[in-house]
Amino acid sequence: MAEREQITSTGQSHDEDSHLETNVTQSDTNRADELLDEIDAVLEKNAAEFVKGFVQKGGQ
Amino acid sequence: MSVKRVIGIENEYGISQPANPTANPMALSTLVVDSYANYVYPHKKIRWDYDLEDPLRDARGFDLSRPEADPSLLTDEMTVSNVILTNGARFYVDHAHPEYATPEVNSPREALVWDRAGELIITKAAELASQSTQEIYIHKNNTDNKGVSYGTHENYLVSRETPFNKIISVLTTFFVTRQIFTGAGRLGIGVNEIDFEYQISQRADFFETLVGLETTMRRPIINTRDEPHADPNLYRRLHVIIGDANMSDVSNLLKIGTTSLVLKLLEDSDFDDFELELDAPLEALKMVSQDLELKKKLKLKNGKYLTAIEIQDIFLEKVQHHLEKIDEIDPDTQETLNWWQKILDLLREDIFLTVNYLDWVAKLNLIQNLKFRDNLKWSDSVLQMLDLQYADLNPNRSLARLLERKGSLKRLVGEAEITAAVKFPPNSTRAWFRGQSLLRFSNQIAGASWDSVIFDLSADRPLIRIPTLDPLKGNQEQLGDIFESVKSAADLVMRLSHS
Repeated sequence: MAEREQITSTGQSHDEDSHLETNVTQSDTNRADELLDEIDAVLEKNAAEFVKGFVQKGGQ
Repeated sequence: MSVKRVIGIENEYGISQPANPTANPMALSTLVVDSYANYVYPHKKIRWDYDLEDPLRDARGFDLSRPEADPSLLTDEMTVSNVILTNGARFYVDHAHPEYATPEVNSPREALVWDRAGELIITKAAELASQSTQEIYIHKNNTDNKGVSYGTHENYLVSRETPFNKIISVLTTFFVTRQIFTGAGRLGIGVNEIDFEYQISQRADFFETLVGLETTMRRPIINTRDEPHADPNLYRRLHVIIGDANMSDVSNLLKIGTTSLVLKLLEDSDFDDFELELDAPLEALKMVSQDLELKKKLKLKNGKYLTAIEIQDIFLEKVQHHLEKIDEIDPDTQETLNWWQKILDLLREDIFLTVNYLDWVAKLNLIQNLKFRDNLKWSDSVLQMLDLQYADLNPNRSLARLLERKGSLKRLVGEAEITAAVKFPPNSTRAWFRGQSLLRFSNQIAGASWDSVIFDLSADRPLIRIPTLDPLKGNQEQLGDIFESVKSAADLVMRLSHS
């Protein structure tokens, strides 16, 4: 039954790494680059250690 | 019909001290809350009044006995730091997290304002606490990606007349599908064994049952805790534990506004033949959260298949149909309706059209762009860092707030309004009485809770408890004149008992 199938809008590869990135249009690229530069400036430099150390106790 | 109702939001924040990863989170949380309490009330300790709390009351009509209850449920026996703020909020240590519960508000927009005021409060509290130790970090998120989740709870005052089984069947479908605009985004799938793939919701993987009282284990889609903090004959308090912690104003407003409208629909109509009951809600919850293209169809009990967007479309239609009977729609209701319609339309066309509005899409976009630029794997710790730092509440580090400053994430409330809400209560509910009493007479208040304020007028007089059982009584309209005219707490108590 057609209804039951997973529908993909573009019909392209299901590969996780490619199908979403293609949705970002070229016109956004410059703005995105600028934003990434600002994020670089504030993003924690020691990411691996920070992420490893971020351990929480259970909550609600 | 209106989106307005008595609402409150609770946030359990993530807490850490990166320079000291083994720091005890309870000690850190206590330090954070106490530092702020001493800053707000330097001369006095104002205790939370637990007398009227009953955390074991179940919405289905029975009480859990104390020996049967998991110790984590006994929230009224805790002796940890616990303070009532002048904005009417409660700020305390819950388990191993600092928690902020907004004052009772009467609209989604007010909920948004006092929720964001909570961010300023916890940030200030962490800053004060960090003066005596290494820097303490606060995150407004819901998981450490290492097996643990902590909650963001919504509370809605609901008519007692609405049968709970009706609430269960309708809201289960609603909660499973509202993730598409309420999700905060998470780079990680699973609870203990994590696959580094992106999903829409922070919370979806932590739900194991459909209905129940627990909040820390076997988490249910529909939580049955029923302490209305109001007349139990008239109201229940719907305690919603499945929501994500939102940084985005649009996600946050929609989370509260759409839920309030669906509850109103439930209160006003029969729903006898609810056609959207899901065949397998727990599976559907995870399926929706992991379906980034929003194309998967969920199986309904009646054999049909619909996408999450299609189901949300039907909820919106039902609400709109119900509103046709009403002449005038108030601005708060209109605001929620407009965003609901707009976001569903955009999501249907292309999820990235909501990049400036929704948390999960804004975060996904950042992660993908960084991943592409630096040719990273999904499991790269830099991407996990980005996921975490999106919800860091320090304004210099928070990526969500950076996006807001750049105009890349829509703001719905102004900074001045939020700053005022750090100090002042909302004028629409009894929180106004609680907050104003604390602002004016904190030295003569022994304690307070949602449903009372206790005055300690002088050493030779007994404590006087002013009950506030009706959440809509004690607002500015009702008490503004009295507060303006009284000169002392004794004056206030006398005027209240004679009015």
